[in-house]
This record gives sequence, C-alpha cells and structure tokens, in this order.
Amino acid sequence: MMPHDHPHPTSRDHSEPRAAFDRLLSQVLTALDESALLTTAEVTAQIEDMEGRTPTEGAKLIARCWVDPEFRELARHDLPAAAAQIGISMPPHPVFLILENTEDLHHVVVCTLCSCYPRPILGPPPVWYKSRNYRSRVVKEPREVLAEFGTVLPAGTNLRVVDSTADCRYLVLPLRPKGTEHLAESELASLVSRDSMIGVTKVST
Amino acid sequence: MISVRCDQSKAPKFADGQCVQVIQDESLGHCRTPLYVRGAYGKIVSYIGSYKNPEDLAYGGSGLPESPLYWVEFNLSELWDNYTGDNTDTLQVEVYEHWLRKTAQDK
Repeated sequence: MMPHDHPHPTSRDHSEPRAAFDRLLSQVLTALDESALLTTAEVTAQIEDMEGRTPTEGAKLIARCWVDPEFRELARHDLPAAAAQIGISMPPHPVFLILENTEDLHHVVVCTLCSCYPRPILGPPPVWYKSRNYRSRVVKEPREVLAEFGTVLPAGTNLRVVDSTADCRYLVLPLRPKGTEHLAESELASLVSRDSMIGVTKVST
Repeated sequence: MISVRCDQSKAPKFADGQCVQVIQDESLGHCRTPLYVRGAYGKIVSYIGSYKNPEDLAYGGSGLPESPLYWVEFNLSELWDNYTGDNTDTLQVEVYEHWLRKTAQDK
C-alpha cells in the first residue's frame, strides 16, 4: 500500500514501474476516501508505522533470547508477548513464530506466493526477498541460494526451508556465535543482521 | 519444535505424523496452496489452528467455517527430480485441511 500523492514503482517483481498499477492504486484510494471503509490518511499512517520498523527491533529480540532463557521460552510460546516486553507492538494476527536454529538444524524462510514477512519485527522485506529468483529457487536449490549469500552449511546439517504460505510469519532465531560469552546484550544485538533472521546467513563476529 | 497458542475451535482431522497428499487441483483464484506442492506427498508436522478460508475471504466472503491449517513437511529430494542438496533437506509449508488427503503411512 502506498499513498496516492507520490509516484512509486510497482511490478510483479517489485523492480520496475508499472504505470497501469499506479493508476489503479490511485483510483482505489480515491474510492476508499469516498467510502466509510478506510481513508488515505489511515493508509499513510499504516505505511509510516511499517517503515518505522527496522531489523534493529528483531536483533534486540534475538539478543535477548540469547542471554535470557526465560525470555527465550516466552518467545517460543508467545512471540508477541515477548516482543511487547522489549517495546515492540504486534497485531493479534497473523501468527508470529520463531524458528530456532541449532548446531544440527538450519532454517531459511521464503514466501513463494508473495512476500509474507514478519514486518512488525523486521520492517518491510528486502527487494530480493520479493524477487521471483529467490522465491522460485530457494525451495528448489536452497543450498545453492544460501551459498550465493556466502552461507555454506557443514555436511550433516539438516536444512529446513519454511514457506510462509498462509497464516504464519517466521523469524529465524540464529545460532549465537561462539566466543561471544563476554559480550553485552546490546553488543550481541549489533551482530544480528536482517539476513540472519531470514535464514540466508548466519551470525558471525 | 515449534509451538503456538492454537485456536481449538474446530477439531483437526489429521494427527501429527500422518502421511498426506496435497490434492492435485488446478483451480486458480486466491488460494494459499502453492502449485509446486500440489499432488506431492508429505507428512503432517502439526496442527497450527483453524483460520478463515482465504479462498472465500478473497472474494468478499466470511471465510467461515474456519479451516484447520497444518504444517506439512516434504522431503526436497522426493519433491524435485535431480535434487542436488542433501537427502535430509526438508520443506515445511502451511496447508489447509481441505487441500489434503490421507495416504498410507508407508507410501
């Protein structure tokens, strides 16, 4: 959703402008303004709320999970409640979940149908996440795709690709890097990248 | 394993570990069952909860009754011919109950 008072690129691959979609969007927003359903101002407020959210929020949550076993347990069972404890508000639906990486299991997240993503925790998804290239390939040749992100899984590591097709949104809880026992929570958070929370990279020091 | 607060309002038909096949239906329209798993054999990981049916919601319907939703796991080397990854690599997809049918445990 975009407000109709400035230009914006829109395409099936989210990478090139599509004038027809711009016109359609303008007309939909005008019709909404004339209805009692929703106003352009509300649409803009929602966009601004989403654009104000960044992977920094997710990184804080991951670092807290690493240092606080009780918090991690809460995040496992009720991610919105855990997020609320560190000041991140989340809607009641869809269902937000963490996928815990271990020494033996690595998760990577995709939405092959569109661009479902844990936006309240990570903000808007990166362009590549919405690309046809990523969406079609990561379910078919995930190890090759991960390698392109510089991630080579050791032999014997189980790989689970999670396709966010319906009512769930996933945040990968990456493995805490070794040798970080001395770091403060805020230092740990600064190590956590957006891509590691999608599962295409690991966290390193 | 993943756990989640479930809406238990509708009893799920499939138990964890049940072998299932995704229905091979070519219907278009707004549904959340990706084409690439249609007809594929997988296994129920667990029931997630029951949610409004997106195929009805998308066209102005109520989405009711809610449909049970499951995590279904597929083995990637079974899903794709000439899969180049490890035999243990898996794919987990959310699939609504009306897109699944029970199959023998030892397919």
